[in-house]
Parts: sequence; C-alpha cells; structure tokens
Amino acid sequence: MKEETPIQSPKRRDFLKTTAVVAGMTVAPGVLLHSFSQVNAADAGKPVDQPVTDAVRWGMLIDTAQCSDGCNDCINACKAEHGLTESVRPEIAPQWIRKVGLKDKLTGKTYSLPVLCQHCENPPCADVCPTGASFKRADGVVLVDRHICIGCRYCMMACPYKARSLVHETLEGQRPHSPRGKGTVEGCNLCVHRIDHGHLPACVEACQTTGHQAMLFGNLKDPNSDIAKKLSQVQSTALRPDMRLNPGVRYQGL
Amino acid sequence: MKHAISYHTLAGNSPGFYGLLGAAAVLILLGLFASYNMEHHGHTITGMTNQIVWGMPHIFAIFLILAASGVLNVASISSVFRKTFYHPLARLSGLLAITLLIGGLSVLVLDLGRPDRLVVAMTAYNFKSIFTWNIFLYNGFMLIVAIYLWFMMERRMERYYPIAGMVAFLWRLVLTTGTGSIFGFLIAREAYNTALLAPLFISLSLSLGLAVFLLVLIIDCWETHCPLGEGILHRPKTLMGIFVGAVFYFVLVYHLTNLYITGRHGVEYFILVGGGIYTFLFWVGYLVVGTILPLLLIYYPKFNQTRASIIAASVCIIVGGISLLYVFIIGGQAYPLQIFPGMEVTASGFFDDAKVHTYIPSHWEIMLGISGFGIAALLTAMAMKILPFLPRSLADAAVGPEFTD
Repeated sequence: MKEETPIQSPKRRDFLKTTAVVAGMTVAPGVLLHSFSQVNAADAGKPVDQPVTDAVRWGMLIDTAQCSDGCNDCINACKAEHGLTESVRPEIAPQWIRKVGLKDKLTGKTYSLPVLCQHCENPPCADVCPTGASFKRADGVVLVDRHICIGCRYCMMACPYKARSLVHETLEGQRPHSPRGKGTVEGCNLCVHRIDHGHLPACVEACQTTGHQAMLFGNLKDPNSDIAKKLSQVQSTALRPDMRLNPGVRYQGL
Repeated sequence: MKHAISYHTLAGNSPGFYGLLGAAAVLILLGLFASYNMEHHGHTITGMTNQIVWGMPHIFAIFLILAASGVLNVASISSVFRKTFYHPLARLSGLLAITLLIGGLSVLVLDLGRPDRLVVAMTAYNFKSIFTWNIFLYNGFMLIVAIYLWFMMERRMERYYPIAGMVAFLWRLVLTTGTGSIFGFLIAREAYNTALLAPLFISLSLSLGLAVFLLVLIIDCWETHCPLGEGILHRPKTLMGIFVGAVFYFVLVYHLTNLYITGRHGVEYFILVGGGIYTFLFWVGYLVVGTILPLLLIYYPKFNQTRASIIAASVCIIVGGISLLYVFIIGGQAYPLQIFPGMEVTASGFFDDAKVHTYIPSHWEIMLGISGFGIAALLTAMAMKILPFLPRSLADAAVGPEFTD
C-alpha cells in the first residue's frame, strides 16, 4: 500500500492543478468584467444595482454666450443617440432638443440657445398624467414610462416648454437603450442610460467636443461639482420662472 | 288622485327605427375604421400634430360629455327641484345621459395613441391628475344614473327616488367641473388657465343638454306618433333661453378678465380680431348663430309660438356650442405658447417662431368624432326598444294637472 501512494499522489496533484487553472480561466473574465462595471458605476456615484436617490439632482447650465448660432451639434448628437429619424411632415417630427433664436423686443439683443425638457422639480406633465406614466425620478430626471403611457397627450398640453412629442408614425431603427413606441409620448430623458454609468448626456458631450462649452452638466446638490460652483458665481435664469417649477435646466446670459 | 303616466317601449318595426339603427351602425363602422387606421398608421394620418395636440375627436367627445351631463337636468328639475311638470320626461333624460356619455367616452378612448391600453387607464392611477378623477366621475356618473333610472322605473324603490336624484344632480355638477378643469388646470396655456372654465362648462352643458333633449324628444314623438303638447315644450324652451344667457355671461366674463390682464392681450386679440377661422367661428358661429338667433327664436313673440322655432333654436345652440368648443380647444392651441416672454422668436426647429399653428382636420378625425353620435343613437334606440322610457302621450291634456305645477 505504501509503495502505491507516491504513484497516485502526483496524479491527484495534477488533477487539482488542472482544475484550478480551468476554473481560473473560466471565472477570471467574469470577475474582471464585474470589476470594470464597478469602476464605471463609481464614476456615477451610484452602484448600478442600487436605485437612484435624491442625494443627487441632475441639472444643466446653458451659456447662451457660448452657444453658436447655426451650430446644431447637440441636436444631431441627440438624434444619433436615440435613433430619432426624420418624419414625413416637420409638424409631427419628434423633438427632444431644438435650437431657438431669440431677439429681445426692448434692446434688440439676440440669443441662440437649445431648448429641451427642463426637468422641473414640480413637473406639470407628471401632475396631469392619468396613469403615472410621466414621472420624476428621485434624482430629478423627468421620464415617460412607455409601458403605461396611453397616448392621451395631456402632458403635451400641460408642458409650458413644448418639450414633448407624440410618436405619430411607425418607428424603425430604435435603439435598445432608448425605448420608443408609436402612439406614446416622449421627450428628453437626459440620456439616463449614459448618466447612470457616469457618462455625460450626448448633447453635452457633443457641445464640449466641438469646443463651444455651452452646456455644463452635473449634480446640483454637490457643492463641489462644476455646475454648482458656476451657478454660485454667475447670473442664471430659468425659462418661465414665474411658474415656479424650479427646472433643472438653467440659462446663463439670457 | 294621482294621475298615472303610462310608458311604452318602441315597437321597433317601423322603417324609421330600422333606418336609425342602420344609419347609426354606418357611423359606428366608419368611426371604427378611422380608429383602426389611426392605430395602424399612427396619428400621422390625422390633422393633429405636436403643436395642435388635441383636435376634432376631442371637440366631439367634449360636446357629447357636456350634453350628457346637461341632458340629465330635465330629470333633476323633476326630482331635485320638485317641478313635477318635468316628471314624464325624466326617464328619457336619464337614458340620454348615459348613452351620450358612452358615445363621448368612446371617441376619447379611440383617439388615444394606444387605445389598446384602456385597461392600463382603468387600473393605473395618478390621483393628482384631474384626468384620473374624471375617469371615476364618468364611470360613477353612469352607475349613479343607472340606479336613478332603476328607482324611477321600479315602484318599490320610488321612495328612494328623490335621494338618487339629488346624488345624480350633485355628481353631474362635480363631473362638469372636472371636465372644465381639464383645461382650467393647464397653467401654461393662456387661453385655458382659469377657474372660470368650470362654471362656463356647467352652463354650456345645461344649454347643450336641453337642446339635444328637445330635439330627441320631438323626433321620438314624431316617429312614434306620440302626441306632444305645445305646453310641454314651452317651459323647457324658456329654460333653454336662460341657459344660453348663462353661457353668454360666463363667456363675457372670461373675455373681459383676459382683456384686463395685459399678458393675455395677445391671445384675446387672436381669438376676437385676428384669428381667421377662430375669430369667424366666435362671432358668427357662437355669438350670432349660437346665442343671438336662439334667443330671438325663444323670446321674440313673433317667432316663439311655433314648434319649428324650438327645433331651429336647438339646432342653433348645438352649432354655437360646437363653434365655441372649436374656438376654445383648437384656437387655444393654435395660439403659440409664450415660452420666452419679452422676446421675439426669430428661429426655431419646433415652430416656436410661428405666429399661429395651423390645423386642418382630417376626414379620419371627423369620422371618429361623428361615430360618437352613432353610438349614442344606437344605444338609445335599443334601450327604448327594450324598456319603457317614453310616455304614451305627452299631449297637454294627457299629462295631467299635477304635472303643471
């Protein structure tokens, strides 16, 4: 019996070694990927497996002095990101973000600025929605749940900024991260699929890429964020401030 | 001794009856065809856009909903205000209240972007929304009026009849307040954002409801050869004139208020002076045809003695009501939102620079809207065939002295 043992021991060791190597090769990529996702999640300040909280309020500051008249990069980026296509008639085309040219009636000063869902603290669209499909996330992002939107368009009637559209036509080329559906209402979602993973909204990223730096995005509740610091230094305003909706989107120089 | 009123069901074998059923069925089929196409192709085939969000279907739907709550007034006058003169007409009044409401709600539902999600609307609620409250108000109204009708028709329940009448009357006031508030709560739209819309809609419902009721009554009696006395038409006609005056009062206050508020001068100028079709429909459709003409037909001694003048006045009130709703609902959206006060919009990718948003109603919308009348007519005719809603005689002598309070 004693003589046989040395013969069997190396075999068992080999087997254990081989098993360990195979198991390691199988599990390691998963562990590696998991650690990558954790890194991305950490950038957003929220692990992906946890719900959003009101510790964050996402907001945007648009500097009208930096927004170039004729530049539509933010709009094009939005269209590409969410798969928004042209419509047969412009009146029915979905608009998540649009450029507007303004002229002060008194002074004659002109402005160019993008207008999107203003992500109000007290959104009228969510107030009037009969099914609760229009809702505000804890972090201030106003969204439409396409699964329970019945297409009544009451939110479109209620929105003071005309920031919502009904999908009037059959859709093609939808993006998995941006669910859309004929007969339901949609609007800017601040690229939740991006910001939840620590990335900027597509429009902000495009604006920064072109070097205009007209759009600043960040956490309004974090006093150390760039947007909070800038808001504390410069004069900014909301669209229709008389309605006291406290939008998350602010305009500088308007 | 109490004078018993004898009711009867429709024989249901006349060419007129089958003609009505056939016409209603055709309207319903056309409406369903329109709805199928709107569902299949999307709202792109309609005249509604991202600027004019609500269109013709909503005008027909709101007309029918207002008429439904208003038509119940005939029964309410009988049981709440104890004007027994109206008692013989109460059953028809309750029936029309239900059928007109079903017609209006059907149009509203079939216009939804996702009508297949009706079950979602009936199960997922946001109680801050006046729309949600209206879902309860509409369904509750149908249930309460059905019970009211049951108490009316069932001798054993007769003692509860006044209570049911009172509940139905109060409910209908709340319901029309809710319908008006759908617009009244829209803070961003200058044409809408006012609490005046609740009493305006209530008064409009009373005049439209009575106009629809008198037309249906005259047509029914003509078709069934039921004697209809001039006396029994005289009082509702006079009351209808008062309701027309009430609508005018609220419309006047609404516009005077807006004219007083500097920020609303733009929308007022648009509706009253420079709005094209909306200005025309306001002055001619609503004011001349829908208000002045019926008041002349009702109160001017030269006209107000004939049945033809009652029919003409009722038709004018309906035309005026639809005109007013068109001006209000479409005109209120055609005038652009003021997102940038003090600024002139020089360019926009989404029609912010438009002086007025254009709207051309499509035939699909009109087909869907009119089908609401078809649904109401079909349900009314079938109900009258099954249950006794109409008195055998409405001749002045047959109605009896206790009904002439």
